Amino acid sequence: MWNRIYALFVARNLEFIRDRSSLAWSVLLPILIIFVFAYAFTEENPEKFKVGIIAGGALEGAAAEFGNTRFVKFIEFAEVESSLSKVERHQIDLLFDPNTNRYWINQTSPNGYIVEKLLIAAYANFGEALQQILVEGDEIRYIDWVIPGVIGMNIMWGALFGIGYVIVRYRKFGVLKRLRATPVSAIEFLAAQILSRLWLMIAVNVVIFVGMDFVLDFRMHGSYLNLFLVFMLGSINLICCGLLVAARVSSEEVANGVLNLFSWPMMFLSGVWFSLEGAHPAMQKFALLLPLTHVTAAAREIMIDGAGLVQISDHLLVLGISSVILLIIGARIFQWE
Amino acid sequence: MSFILQVSNLVKSFGSLTAVRDVSFEIRQGTCFGLLGPNGAGKTTTIEMMEGIKTPDAGTIMYQGEALGTQFRNEAGIMFQNTALQDFITVREIMIQFSRFYPDTASIDELAEQFALHDFLDQDTRKLSGGQKQRLLLAMALINKPKIMFLDEPTTGLDPQSRRNLWRQVQQVKEEGATILLTTHYMEEAYELCDEIAIMDHGRIIAHDAPDALLAAHFDDVVVQIQAADIPRDIGEREFQAIYRNDSAHIVTGDVNRTIEHLLHLDIPLNHLRIRARNLEDLFLELTGKELRG
Repeated sequence: MWNRIYALFVARNLEFIRDRSSLAWSVLLPILIIFVFAYAFTEENPEKFKVGIIAGGALEGAAAEFGNTRFVKFIEFAEVESSLSKVERHQIDLLFDPNTNRYWINQTSPNGYIVEKLLIAAYANFGEALQQILVEGDEIRYIDWVIPGVIGMNIMWGALFGIGYVIVRYRKFGVLKRLRATPVSAIEFLAAQILSRLWLMIAVNVVIFVGMDFVLDFRMHGSYLNLFLVFMLGSINLICCGLLVAARVSSEEVANGVLNLFSWPMMFLSGVWFSLEGAHPAMQKFALLLPLTHVTAAAREIMIDGAGLVQISDHLLVLGISSVILLIIGARIFQWE
Repeated sequence: MSFILQVSNLVKSFGSLTAVRDVSFEIRQGTCFGLLGPNGAGKTTTIEMMEGIKTPDAGTIMYQGEALGTQFRNEAGIMFQNTALQDFITVREIMIQFSRFYPDTASIDELAEQFALHDFLDQDTRKLSGGQKQRLLLAMALINKPKIMFLDEPTTGLDPQSRRNLWRQVQQVKEEGATILLTTHYMEEAYELCDEIAIMDHGRIIAHDAPDALLAAHFDDVVVQIQAADIPRDIGEREFQAIYRNDSAHIVTGDVNRTIEHLLHLDIPLNHLRIRARNLEDLFLELTGKELRG
């Protein structure tokens, strides 16, 4: 059995490595995306400053004057607790609660220093008192935030199309039929495809990760082993999604359509590019059904917050259980022809 | 001689189309069995059920007295009508890959020698010519030292020389003791290679025996062939019930002397006259009313 799996594993690896154009594409695309986001999107925004405002009715007096300051983007938050991390990470420059006249500021934030001056000036005119509360934390650049999602997205493309499309092509051109005429079982064939794709994706993404870290020095506060585990489990899950699509389809056009149906919602609704915090609750619930949401969130928690396995156990559980379900369904409905 | 493969009452339908209807036959060990028929007769469906690729709707297939299982998969060599191989893989690599699938395998070097693969062993399989690819597929079918081989139209699309080379190689495999099941629509191929043939049409076997025995059972006449231009169609059809095929008029007769006398009497030029025995092509036409390659 292992001999047969090994034979298929080697053949698939050779096929992938020798297909130079697709190999180059799978390495270069994520690097290109990361550079675009690292440099092109760290632009000069006319709304240079971002201030969080705790909701509580219309602003009045000094708060209203401060709220009218031009070139400051005011973002409304429901409560203080869950918004403090944004001040800590420099995602907003200052958090202001007009209901209590308290504000939170990160002393290491240059923008925070300027916005604080504007706030104090607005209040000085009205003679109202303010209470300053200091928070601590390093700045999170957008690139630090987006990297886990981009790696996850690369894994998603590689898994869905690398497995789904390849198996459908094998079926269409009769490669599977020829293998069926040998002692190779469906499970052996699928195992070889999963192992080959898994190690190739991990290898490619490790190269991308290390290379990008060397150039961009992004934030990594957690354990590399945990991160590896998340990407590994995510890869397995997404490969199983690819297997499910490829289990019966024999037309490349249909496979392409179904794979796109899987991948595009994940691309935009998994929190890869932007946070889903402010999104419609239905969309947030839908996002939880997407494996890439859990891969991105878990990787982000590890890299940015230094989360351990316990903190990300919910994501790991979802990915693990759904992988097993997808694999069982995929293997059961798999057809050689 | 014992039977290596026994097929009983096979039935296979695809939607409303019944491709194989109650087909039964047995194959003797060490022989070459030919399954003949025109396109769409049901031979590929039958052979694919015997290979374990398709599941019959009804009927049984027994290999050495048992249902198809692991032993069959290990001992069967299969060459499909059309086979795609994985991309970016060389001939040597695909041979190594397939040899890892089986417990007992032939030497790759010896197969390369036997099928003249050495010149392109390290070439991408996508770059092989038709003849080279068929030789490779035949070598792959032999990698597990099969006791039974399934060859589904192995020479379709090959030039006459490549076809003759492949026949020689199939003969050699047979001489080494393997049983062969061959499907073809080339009568010459069936006559050259097969010890026994079954003719299929519309999913049924309509004749089954050794080629010579089938011809002897159905024919005691010969064909007198004249160039069509030499005998006007109305005379040929009226006087001799001649059949016009391509550029020839075919007159079937049990009395050659009398037919030639009649032709001379009508002043038909006999410069291009040929007399030939009836062949499998004629048999097929006789049985089904159709050209075999139609």
